Amino acid sequence: MPKPLDARALAALAANPGCRRRALLDGAGIDKSVLATALGSPSGFGQSQFAFVRGNAFEARVKADGGAELLRLVYERVGGGPEAVPGAVATPDLAAVGPEGRAARTALALKEASEAGGWALLDHPMLALDVAGSVAFLEPDAVVVHPDGHWTVIEIKSFPMIDGSADAAKVGAAARQAAVYALALERVAERVAEQAAGTPAAPLATPPPPPLPRVRHRVLLVCPKDFSNLPTASVVDVRKQLSVTRRQLARLTRIEDIAAALPPGTTFDPERPAEELTAAVESVPAAYAPECLAACELAFHCRARAREEGAVTLLGRSVRGELGELTTVAGVLAAACEASGDRDELAELDDPTVHALRRAAVLRAEALGAEALGEVAGVCR
Amino acid sequence: MSLISTLARLEAVQTGRAQPVATVRHRHLADHPLVFVPLTTAGEAGAPLGALVGTERDAPRLLVVPQPRDRELRFAFLAELAEVVLPYVDGFAADTEAAERSESDPETGKRVKVEVELCTDAPQLVVPGRAGVEFVRLLGRSMRFRRTAEQDPDTPYPAPPRVPLLGRWLTHFGERARVPGSALLTAMTDLLSRHWASGQSSLEDQHLGALLAWIDPPPGERGADAALRAELARDAQGQLVCPPAGPATDPAFDNKLLAPAIERYDRARTALAAAEDGLAADQRLAELTAAEHAIRTLVESRTRPTWDAVWRGLDLLRELPEGDRAAERWTRDRWSYTGHRDRVLAGEPPQPRHDDAVTAANKLAARETAQARLEAQEALDDPLVMAGRRLAGEAFAGEVTDVVMAYSESKRPSPRPLITVRTEDRPHLGERAKVYRSLAGKPQSAQFVAYEPDGAVVLRLLDKMGRSKEPDEGSVPEKGERVCWTLFDHAPRGGPALPEPEDTPWTHGGPPDASGAVAVPLPDPVTEEDML
Repeated sequence: MPKPLDARALAALAANPGCRRRALLDGAGIDKSVLATALGSPSGFGQSQFAFVRGNAFEARVKADGGAELLRLVYERVGGGPEAVPGAVATPDLAAVGPEGRAARTALALKEASEAGGWALLDHPMLALDVAGSVAFLEPDAVVVHPDGHWTVIEIKSFPMIDGSADAAKVGAAARQAAVYALALERVAERVAEQAAGTPAAPLATPPPPPLPRVRHRVLLVCPKDFSNLPTASVVDVRKQLSVTRRQLARLTRIEDIAAALPPGTTFDPERPAEELTAAVESVPAAYAPECLAACELAFHCRARAREEGAVTLLGRSVRGELGELTTVAGVLAAACEASGDRDELAELDDPTVHALRRAAVLRAEALGAEALGEVAGVCR
Repeated sequence: MSLISTLARLEAVQTGRAQPVATVRHRHLADHPLVFVPLTTAGEAGAPLGALVGTERDAPRLLVVPQPRDRELRFAFLAELAEVVLPYVDGFAADTEAAERSESDPETGKRVKVEVELCTDAPQLVVPGRAGVEFVRLLGRSMRFRRTAEQDPDTPYPAPPRVPLLGRWLTHFGERARVPGSALLTAMTDLLSRHWASGQSSLEDQHLGALLAWIDPPPGERGADAALRAELARDAQGQLVCPPAGPATDPAFDNKLLAPAIERYDRARTALAAAEDGLAADQRLAELTAAEHAIRTLVESRTRPTWDAVWRGLDLLRELPEGDRAAERWTRDRWSYTGHRDRVLAGEPPQPRHDDAVTAANKLAARETAQARLEAQEALDDPLVMAGRRLAGEAFAGEVTDVVMAYSESKRPSPRPLITVRTEDRPHLGERAKVYRSLAGKPQSAQFVAYEPDGAVVLRLLDKMGRSKEPDEGSVPEKGERVCWTLFDHAPRGGPALPEPEDTPWTHGGPPDASGAVAVPLPDPVTEEDML
């Protein structure tokens, strides 16, 4: 059963676009969690049922009464039309068979709602987005169509907004996720516009066609207020995340190209023996960084491999940047250690990184005293 | 991260053991800190699940909320927490010494010295990690606006008597923790990673178990392996062997152990409420007690390893001698504590939800000054930190190769000797740049004159040589002496003073309401069920 790409995965992918392993496995719909367990490095991800229940209950509360409370927040914070009258908000039925069907149904509902010129609330619409040659189906919490024809992405989260501010890391993650939805929504808007342009020109006498739909680049983040379960909302500008996501997704190597470079017959079937599976995973290069630990199920596997190779990225991206061409732990230490033996060589060095490293090693040893100097020498051996 | 600490991390990777990045302890540790290991309920804001708290390593107090969605039980937890924390915090209030503080005179506006009390010691809270510091802030925020029945008889859900006061103290601790170098409330992971570099990234250092595994691995085991075990190893039941330091719990624990236990407790409570006769009620009460006991055991099993880890970390830190200037920073913490004690005694309202413009600007300025002071003091206390500054060109050390006596060109010539220092460091010295060295704990300044052809630095000494024509004994370095000069000020001061709140410019919202009435912040609105 393939695991479809979701917005969280896309946002994580956009955060590390150089990782071919993640791009291929996600694109092929492989359940990385199962794969990681099969590889012997299970991920620690999981959701507490308390959080799950709370999240669902809060979302249901926000959308209760035909979304009256939600529409009030949208009107108050975003505007885009006269105040919504309860009962006059369209809530189109988006049920259909399969994700393709639901995506088509959503696109149609969005088009109709925009033409109708009133408020419309789309509960869990389905959006299709082409990512590196494969189609991802995304399901935002809600999309609101304003009477002025604009569309707004609604993101409902159950972390609290206390005194008007929420945890920055969580808001950041929500914004990146919402940006992926906004991007997918823009594609739908483009298609709607193309269809509108494709229809034969109407006679001059008829009223002008309704304005083309546009996606707002400010999404509405809905969270519980303080310590209560009452919803409050804040507008989040996702222009930056949107342009980052757009650029990163465009940069993603096309999955066909990655797959073409694989040895023929490569399979990621978790039923295969671990060595075979490891070899298959290793045949796709990864770009590990410590940030992966919070975003990717395979991270512990990649970290173990990076440790075996002695890669300096193990210590963080900034460390790798600092050390320039020296990419292995042993290489850096070797470069740093030569200093204690041979001072005269210092002047001959061209590489400023090596020069700085040697100086750092000398200063560190000096500060730690002779006893530590022996330890450093031990490292050098 | 400086190259020197990067190097330390790389050495840690190579040797399989964390490496020192400090030679002294840069934070004051109280003799009896209050260790607080809280757990929270996933998905809820400010719904604690339990905690271990106390100053005795062998006798922590276990506090548990058997059903975190029940307001009464949460209040009972907070009241119990107040019973432990407030006596500890108040215990430092009575012992004071006389001190001076400069205040602006309300009539003349001049700065005058005022004699005030300063508490001789202050409480210190230690939590496992940064998330714990945030949780202390959150708890403080959730409690300080609550009303007790005594304050407001009409309040719908009155809080137990001392809970709002605990909220104000925890808020104060949380706010103080944002000041660089402060030690009223500290996270163990921050304390440890300030003094040791592990062979993993700073992100992974946030895991207390993994960090300790690098610093103090079991005999014969490499830090990396021990850290991996701390992060991922699970027992036969699928539970983490080293539970997360919290306040968030492991989802597997929530789903497999905690949820069934809470369900059993709920059932027992419903059954007890429905009991019709005394005999049945007794039986059902026994079942309820057993269910509650089961939850207590679960919470203790998840907090006790972290509790022990925090104390282990304290042991390791105590092995390092305290840096000379850490005591000076602790004195500032004592001022902070004394100040809040006085505000509470004076009956001031709780800290507002939002700072006004002047307060916010003052706080930011104070934190910037504290940051600069901390960086300077740590370098002066610790040659290893100074090494980092030297590498960055912000300090240089070397041998004095020449001293030439010279005098200023004023009516009463004062000594301005020229010192030549040979150094291998490469300081970024601008024209006539000022440099400082520590002379018996006080900064002595000098001015950069020129480089010698061989790269040695020539400096002109400017002060601390006494009033006579001949410089005081020992105030001028001698030939052959090793000296260390810094390009940064040893006691950096903040910027110019900010206006009083009454003079807030209109660009920043103008002066506060002139009516003089201090607005008492309203409590948070409560709903019938404030948890889902």
